[in-house]
Amino acid sequence: MTTPTITAQKTLEKTVAGKTVTLTPEQAEAFGRELDALKERVVADLGERDVDYIRRIIKAQRGLEVAGRAMLFGGIFPPFWLAGTAMLGIAKILDNMEIGHNIMHGQYDWTGDPALASKKFEWDTACPADQWRHSHNYMHHTYTNIVGMDRDVGYGILRMSKDQRWSPYFLGNPVYAFLLMVLFQYGVALHELETERIRSGEITVAEKRDVLNAIWRKTKKQTLKDYVAFPLLAGPFAPWVFAGNMTANLMRNVWSYMIIFCGHFPEDVQEFSIEETKAETRGGWYFRQILGSANLTGGKLFHILSGNLSFQIEHHLFPDVPAHRHAEIAPEVQEICQRYGIPYNKGSLPKQFGTVVRKIVRLALP
Amino acid sequence: MFTETLTRRARRSPLLELLTGPHGVDRYTELVDRTWTSGEARAKVVAVRRQTPRSVTLVLEPNQAFTGFLAGQHINLTVEINGRRRTRCYSPASAENATHIELTIGRHDGGLVSTYLCDNARPGMVLGLDSVGGDFTLPTERPTRILFVSGGSGITPVMSMVRTMRDEGSDREIAFIHYARSPEEACYADELAAMPGVRVLHGYTREGAGDLTGHFDADHLAAAMPEPEAVYVCGPPALVDAVRAHCPDARFESFVTPTFSAPVEATGGRVSFTDSGVEATDDGQPLLVQAENAGLTPESGCRMGICHSCTRRKTSGTVRNLITGTVSTAEEEDVQICVSAPVGDVEIAL
Repeated sequence: MTTPTITAQKTLEKTVAGKTVTLTPEQAEAFGRELDALKERVVADLGERDVDYIRRIIKAQRGLEVAGRAMLFGGIFPPFWLAGTAMLGIAKILDNMEIGHNIMHGQYDWTGDPALASKKFEWDTACPADQWRHSHNYMHHTYTNIVGMDRDVGYGILRMSKDQRWSPYFLGNPVYAFLLMVLFQYGVALHELETERIRSGEITVAEKRDVLNAIWRKTKKQTLKDYVAFPLLAGPFAPWVFAGNMTANLMRNVWSYMIIFCGHFPEDVQEFSIEETKAETRGGWYFRQILGSANLTGGKLFHILSGNLSFQIEHHLFPDVPAHRHAEIAPEVQEICQRYGIPYNKGSLPKQFGTVVRKIVRLALP
Repeated sequence: MFTETLTRRARRSPLLELLTGPHGVDRYTELVDRTWTSGEARAKVVAVRRQTPRSVTLVLEPNQAFTGFLAGQHINLTVEINGRRRTRCYSPASAENATHIELTIGRHDGGLVSTYLCDNARPGMVLGLDSVGGDFTLPTERPTRILFVSGGSGITPVMSMVRTMRDEGSDREIAFIHYARSPEEACYADELAAMPGVRVLHGYTREGAGDLTGHFDADHLAAAMPEPEAVYVCGPPALVDAVRAHCPDARFESFVTPTFSAPVEATGGRVSFTDSGVEATDDGQPLLVQAENAGLTPESGCRMGICHSCTRRKTSGTVRNLITGTVSTAEEEDVQICVSAPVGDVEIAL
């Protein structure tokens, strides 16, 4: 595996929406240094405020989960069912997005609290945390938007870049995308299986046996919990609990799919070739992260429910900085980008997701 | 207690584990009360006393996950300071079967945890307990004539032994010599004075007249207990050496005041990968590279400080973050080995 080296000097160039963005090696270095300095300042300031914040979110999440599940036991009354399902759905969203995703990035490793340790955290979804840490934290965050290296470009199922070669299989792009949205937790769980490499005969299922076993172990537990144990505990009300749990999982699937697809697939977000990113400097790496990501605008609650992935640009610049800090530094990042003439892609969820849907449909055809 | 039985039962139930998965029962119960954990030993501070100007005494109520200690042993105490968990080792002063654990913590100038606890400890605070250990303990068959010697904060394990023997209703002969800088810094003076059957002698090394003058010597030994059957000494190395010169069989525990500054330059120190028992001499490269050069294959990912795949626990020593330049001396700290270089001797759990 090649790793980014921090030595070579070359001019960075990319055309975004018809306009060419250029950074000379000197500019790129200065740009990288400014962002390093920004991160250093935030890291030096980390403390009680950040721990209090994530513990408050965890408390809210666990509270919503317990209360939601309790209400679903009385789910025969529609208001209880609706409230219970909504609470459980929000609990799952918080668990996966603001808590799980961010803790597993190592955002709270500095606290030394085992409950907030990236290596130990497991989340309430089908995907085993260990596999996620590899495919997401390492592969996706290191090789962001490099077609052929970042498997998040289409997840091995979709055609999300015109640089991906078209085949008749992709006529089904919108259908696959819809199915992925509805079954998102299983899609994420199967990510590390690299089904596209199995399909092409590059690797065999046998080589992926351990990965498959781990996925099965985790998925089995999650399924038993939501679809067997809790419904059975409810006795005669089992169907309502079952339906509530399924709806809550669906809520989480659709929501996280929308937020995540808006991170790298909206219009004007750039992809990169392996050639382009050879011998990339730190400044070059930051340059790619910014041009390869897009932000969502919204209120405070929206940002929390998105796991602050609405600050996708800041998240990709500093994935191990506590995510609630991304909102605070976003204006400064934007100001730095402006000075270097680097476009900063942001928009509302309906606008950004609209361009994503258009892309999914358009790329179904050659 | 009801909650104890409940959490103990919950931990054993596979059904509850499934229902509370993937986080586990503790991650829910601790939100009600931070000491309601069955997997992690924790304690609540129930009383805080400041016996002397340079120490604080904490009375702790441990939860049921705490499995106890023997008089003379030490415990790793974890306290959260500005969001970060810090762990230090202390010997309880309480008797081994007492309901509450008592810790007396001396202030080390520049010491993060001791100063924090001296200034900020208050009832209700929750602390972590971990890794009980040490072989500075009493034999199961208690000796009949026993001399305890302690210096400064070394009084705590010895105090635990004396209190344990007192609670056992021992009719043995006990003598206790304690050295402090001055009368006002002598902990537990009143309790020791009131203890029947214990001959207590105080020595003050800086100011004030005590029962003994100067440092430990043959006269001090003779004044306290000639030819004791067993001797236990805990304190600075000089005190331990002096006692062992006269009583070669003395059981001892010595400690040095920790230093808190990092060396200014890299020293080409010893890098120990403790889990694999491999050592290397620091060549200034990131710990990950040095581990690999030593033939190890630790998990790693981006190798540029982004993905945290390589995070490992640094158990002791100092490292410098190659990106930020931050030098960190904290013990028991998770570091990203791909961007951390040793500054002097370092131990990594790898």
